[in-house]
Amino acid sequence: MTPAGITIRGVNLSYGTNHVLKDVSLDISPGEFFAFLGPSGCGKTTLLRLIAGFNQADSGEIRIGGKDISALPPWQRDVGMVFQSYALWPHMTVRRNVAFGLEERRLPRAEIDRRVAAALDLVGLAALAERRPSQLSGGQQQRVAVARTVAIEPKLLLLDEPLSNLDAKLRVQVRRELRELQQRLRLTTIFVTHDQEEANTICDRIAVLNAGIVQQVGTPIDLYERPANLFVASFLGTANILDGRVGGEGAARVFEIAGGVRLPIPADRQIAPGAKLMFRPQDASLIAGGPDRITLDGEVAHREFLGASVRYGIRIGTAEIALETPFHAGDALREIGRPVTVSLSARTSQFLSP
Amino acid sequence: MPRPASTPGQIALAAFIAIFLLAFLVVPVATVIHVAFTEKGTGSFTLINFADFLRTELFIRSFWNSVYVASMAVVLASAFALPLAALTTRFVFPGAALIQTLGFLPLIMPPFVGAVAMQLLFGRNGSINLLLDDGLGFKIPFMEGLNGVIFVQAVHYFPFILINLSAALRNIDRAMEEAAQNLGSSGFRLFRRIVFPLAMPGYLAGASLVFVKVFDDLATPLLLNVKDMLAPQAYLRVTSIGIADPMGYVISVVLIVVSVGAMWLSALAMKDRDYATVQRGGGGLARRKLRPGESALAYGVVLLILFLVLAPHVGLLLLSFATIWSFAPLPDAYTTAHYARVLGESSIYIKNTLIYAALAGTIDVVFGVAIAYLVLRTRLVGRHVLDWAAMAALAIPGLVLGIGYLRSYYAVQLPDGTPLATFWIMIVVALAIRRLPYALRACYAALQQISIALEEAAENLGATRSRTLRRIVMPLMTGGIVAGFVTSFSTAAVELSATLMLVQSNADAPLAYGLYVFMQSAAGRGPGAALGVIAVALVAICTLASHVLIERSQRSKGAAS
Repeated sequence: MTPAGITIRGVNLSYGTNHVLKDVSLDISPGEFFAFLGPSGCGKTTLLRLIAGFNQADSGEIRIGGKDISALPPWQRDVGMVFQSYALWPHMTVRRNVAFGLEERRLPRAEIDRRVAAALDLVGLAALAERRPSQLSGGQQQRVAVARTVAIEPKLLLLDEPLSNLDAKLRVQVRRELRELQQRLRLTTIFVTHDQEEANTICDRIAVLNAGIVQQVGTPIDLYERPANLFVASFLGTANILDGRVGGEGAARVFEIAGGVRLPIPADRQIAPGAKLMFRPQDASLIAGGPDRITLDGEVAHREFLGASVRYGIRIGTAEIALETPFHAGDALREIGRPVTVSLSARTSQFLSP
Repeated sequence: MPRPASTPGQIALAAFIAIFLLAFLVVPVATVIHVAFTEKGTGSFTLINFADFLRTELFIRSFWNSVYVASMAVVLASAFALPLAALTTRFVFPGAALIQTLGFLPLIMPPFVGAVAMQLLFGRNGSINLLLDDGLGFKIPFMEGLNGVIFVQAVHYFPFILINLSAALRNIDRAMEEAAQNLGSSGFRLFRRIVFPLAMPGYLAGASLVFVKVFDDLATPLLLNVKDMLAPQAYLRVTSIGIADPMGYVISVVLIVVSVGAMWLSALAMKDRDYATVQRGGGGLARRKLRPGESALAYGVVLLILFLVLAPHVGLLLLSFATIWSFAPLPDAYTTAHYARVLGESSIYIKNTLIYAALAGTIDVVFGVAIAYLVLRTRLVGRHVLDWAAMAALAIPGLVLGIGYLRSYYAVQLPDGTPLATFWIMIVVALAIRRLPYALRACYAALQQISIALEEAAENLGATRSRTLRRIVMPLMTGGIVAGFVTSFSTAAVELSATLMLVQSNADAPLAYGLYVFMQSAAGRGPGAALGVIAVALVAICTLASHVLIERSQRSKGAAS
């Protein structure tokens, strides 16, 4: 089956006065592994269920492979979904679970048997076909749920937080397996998660959602390096955000943060009103300044030894920033209360709006 | 986590409960079984009584009649319960709560009381058949012979299926249904392949209960004058030939075997199907809106079923105010004389019932809490045996327990010379034993829901174990205890099968017995119906009051946490 792309245009959805999805538009390419990423309540699962047909949009349209599916009931959409709870039917064996969708499509018995075997092979569970779901481990259950869904050869695979019920170690392994499976089947896949690490490690592109609005769409590196706003910056990784206001003109422009500390602003930088300064902890250092670097004076407020690195909390004026430096054997740690100079690169610090 | 080391108090408590169960459950039932296998006169072991049973055409016919009636009652009760359960849980259905509540009503009336009212409504010359005959020229034999027993029992016991099935349907994770839709299933196919199989444990639990209850019931067939069923045969043998006749005991053993067998079969069928534990997250099933046509059809079905199952109540109410009601769709005239009569001369029945049911309910919750505590919070050796023994009462027909008491304790004399078996306390004990399983499960569930950390926190802050029990555990269990008491109380108030064997004088008789006596004569039907209405009102008020109490205590707990 050739993978289908999906187009979402101007989708709105409300529950009473609660506006859950606000004018959502997205384009997902055929064969892409795409993530909906955001905190709980951001609308990501609602959007996924909308694509599967379990929710009805108030307005807007959803096209799969160019065909508008908004009016179709769930059972006519050919959109495979793996549920967060897996939703394996406890009264059926693994084989019966996987065969279910094929039986509903009234395929010939031989064809069903062949595709069930292939799906179980794909997830490596052929030996457990006669077991009941309750006799499987969490990881195995998850793989049955995937096999059951890919067996119908859907146009689109939807994964609703499929790793959230697995323990941390298994999660890393299973997400790698999911990625390999997706690559092998060239299946357009949407993955819903609140975990940025999951999204970063297996997805081609990510849509970050907050409060029902798509904040930004891009590759994991795009989102991390060039976040569109403060929400994206702080949701993906740790961000230092300094509030302040712009003063001066032209080359003498400065960004004055609380406590009266002033930072020079590169002349070519555009700054929207209300913007704040953002930089990553690892982009700042305690080493002396250089030509392209901004320096700030502060003192060590606290420190955490993390093994490979040391994370310092540095008080600058009344603000506090986080700073991470690599740790090498024999390095001496900075003492709490001692004055330090923080240096950060103008290139990696950005002015962002909320 | 159970605590280590059993205290002397715990051992004494367990011993006391064990002695009670031994004396009033194990010994009487063992006696019945023993007598069935004993040769009359010599006292040696024999199978001759069973051979006699198998040789007697009447008993064999009675056995198959009982099987037939119980099976058909399950079928008919399912036909009532399935549409109500499915419609109210799967669709947006205004009035669903009312339907569920009305669906429970039949349970609070003894089935044999409804039988009389149903004779008047559905009998050969009842209201419906008179109207049918007038209008269309034919009659339907709703109440002829075994049909009558099946109809009355199905109307009375279908709530067991409704309650269990509705709960099972509501507990299905919505994702189970959505996953099937996602894979291409919908409509009735989805119901047949996914929803109903998942609700199957609930259905089976209800259906097996109905089967056993109908199979063991004594008063309904007796009142409808159907004698060729097993329970009436046992009763007639013991009351007419005497407690020495072995046939009553043989039939009792058959009743026990069938009861245990039916429960065992349903347990077997439900093995590995404890689906609720497999599910995580998600809400109940999605409710769909009905289209106008569907809606009309659905309401039609619901109203027809409700009419059928509520007919006994309406009939009883009419009868209780009727002067004469015979060969007419409705009574000739109305009067309150029946109420005056039962509230006057027959108020002893009401008083006795309140005393018996309250005592039985109290015994049940005390034992229920004690057994639940011993099982869940101690490591006392043999504590599970207490639990099983108490639950085993479920499988013992009331009639058998009554026969067992008579046989075991008739020879034991009280100081005044009367047999212990006919002392009114024995009625209370029989009721308590019969209802203990319900109260025990309610208390057990209540205690199970209390995190042990709450008790440990109290002990950590200096409360002794008994003070913790009193200040933390008991207040948190209140809901369960009240629920257990009400279940015991309200079902004991209308119980008859064991009582029928044990009541010796009118002065000791409870309401259900009085009803039974009244209902046997045509002249007694009016007062009998009035007594029946009072019984229904009594149980309804108690049930309602307990709901209010439980909800209030839950609200205050919710506000506190």
